[in-house]
Amino acid sequence: MEYYSGKSINNKIAIGKLFYYKKQEAKVKRERIEDVENEVKRFDEARELAKEQVLDLYEKAKSEVGEAEAAIFEVHMMMLDDEDYGDSVCNMIESQMVCAPYAIASTGENFANMFAEMEDEYMQARSADIKDISERMVSILLGNNDTGAVFDEPVILVADDLAPSETIQLDKDKLLGFVTRHGSMNSHTAILARTMNIPALIQVDIKPEWHGKEAVLDGYSALLTIEPDESALFKAREQVAQDNKKEELLKELKGKETVTKSGQKVKLYANIGNVADTAAALMNDAEGIGLFRSEFLYLESADFPTENEQFLAYKIVAENMAGKPVIIRTLDIGADKQVDYFNLKKEENPALGYRAIRICLNQTDIFRTQLRAILRASAFGNIAIMFPMIISLSEVQRAKEILAEVKSELKEQNISYKDVEVGVMIETPASVMISDELAKEVDFFSIGTNDLTQYTLAADRQNPALDDMIDIHHPAILKMIEITVKNAHDNDIWVGICGELGADLELTKFFLDLGVDELSVSSSSILPVREKIREQE
Amino acid sequence: MKNFNYVVKDTLGLHARPAGLLVKEAGKFESTIMVHTKGKQANAKKLLALMSLAVKQEDEVAVTIEGADEDVAAQAMEVFFQTNL
Repeated sequence: MEYYSGKSINNKIAIGKLFYYKKQEAKVKRERIEDVENEVKRFDEARELAKEQVLDLYEKAKSEVGEAEAAIFEVHMMMLDDEDYGDSVCNMIESQMVCAPYAIASTGENFANMFAEMEDEYMQARSADIKDISERMVSILLGNNDTGAVFDEPVILVADDLAPSETIQLDKDKLLGFVTRHGSMNSHTAILARTMNIPALIQVDIKPEWHGKEAVLDGYSALLTIEPDESALFKAREQVAQDNKKEELLKELKGKETVTKSGQKVKLYANIGNVADTAAALMNDAEGIGLFRSEFLYLESADFPTENEQFLAYKIVAENMAGKPVIIRTLDIGADKQVDYFNLKKEENPALGYRAIRICLNQTDIFRTQLRAILRASAFGNIAIMFPMIISLSEVQRAKEILAEVKSELKEQNISYKDVEVGVMIETPASVMISDELAKEVDFFSIGTNDLTQYTLAADRQNPALDDMIDIHHPAILKMIEITVKNAHDNDIWVGICGELGADLELTKFFLDLGVDELSVSSSSILPVREKIREQE
Repeated sequence: MKNFNYVVKDTLGLHARPAGLLVKEAGKFESTIMVHTKGKQANAKKLLALMSLAVKQEDEVAVTIEGADEDVAAQAMEVFFQTNL
């Protein structure tokens, strides 16, 4: 059993035989020609034929992966029509008396190099497109009818590189996945693989002798396992079965409303812990982000993250969610999380210590930076803010004062922001008991059941020895939720649940009966919860 | 000659797709249409030249239009930039 790592395009697994594909290298010789006019004519004919072929690919891609992704072949057609490209080929033929294939190959290389040398990663990836169209014309002229990789059983394709046109021509029914040596995450081949939902690894140190061997392509860990043993195979098969089940659910429930049979609607949002999680949230059809934990910005950084770093992260998520709500929870860090530059003193009971909103209201510079970043990002989508670990009314009032100060600062500087909704996490017994008063200060509540359970039952959630002793459906917790929901609704604000209990299917009916307005769960739980809700009367 | 300035709003900048659309649109007019940015310029009827400008979001471009149909062309170009970029 051997492992090779690469970069993963899709969170998917493929199990099967490897098929090593070596592209027929078109051997282009520099040949001298006499009849310039005829050679230019040959180029024109090859160009016309290439355009027809690309048009076919465009139609094929359009029906298989949709118009947006097929657009690359439209671009290929325009590249074929490009004046500068055509002029360069004709010039070479005329001035150097070289054959058309040579003039095309050289011109293609020049333009490909020009793009490869650009700073912009997206433009660099376009060099593959130029190569693709140039090779197509050369193949036409040399009479190569390389039909690409052809295989008669399902395989995982291994190749140095795949051009977009090669990817779209592959027989999808027999293609389990692909592994390439080159390619970038931004290449159209990567984008096509993503759209076609094919497991794929790029930048892998591939070897020709892999041909015919069994392998597991694991897109989750970006690993290729050659000749996996029984236990590795077993694990992979289990994951595939799980993925298949999820996909079926997805097909069935994607785009469907989260509503009970009698018409009670619930907003079903996703919890995310960093920017990349947004993709999974969208894939699973999240109706919004109910909890965007902002800690990653602090944990993954060697010093306090700047306003701009934070702004960009929030903005990307807001833009990707395209108008759907994104609720950002402000800093929730304490002595239990290792962040050196905070210089937090070691505490006996970090869960009960100097953390979250307590740090924010004491070291307001940290808080102000975050609020500025969030407000600036609010101009780019539908953002809301919520404060964690609240135990008293004065904390909420103070946090809101600071927010108002930051807003007027932005206004003075002519920086745009929106009037965001402000909410609090209900995760301490104290906040439940005063939820009637808190409800008059904020726009919404989000019940954090994990901390609420630990603080209510006096049970450390990090201690596995307690797992079997603690009833996660303890009546005290359910009552706390009930009180919170009632106080929210009595004061005309909405209330959601963002802890793990939100995804607990045994409680779905209970939440519906209480009239909970929103459930925010991990992305993988969205569709199972939607299914459960749609089954309810 | 007509001209206007425009700040690109598209997050990807003047990437392949809109560049291709721009070539198509510019091709409808007789006038010479040039896109200038960061000390470089490209003919709006040439795809690869346009792409090589590597225009990014927030970049300002100046568009000049010169020719017999410059009035209509300038109007069409302004609309194109506003709706596609």
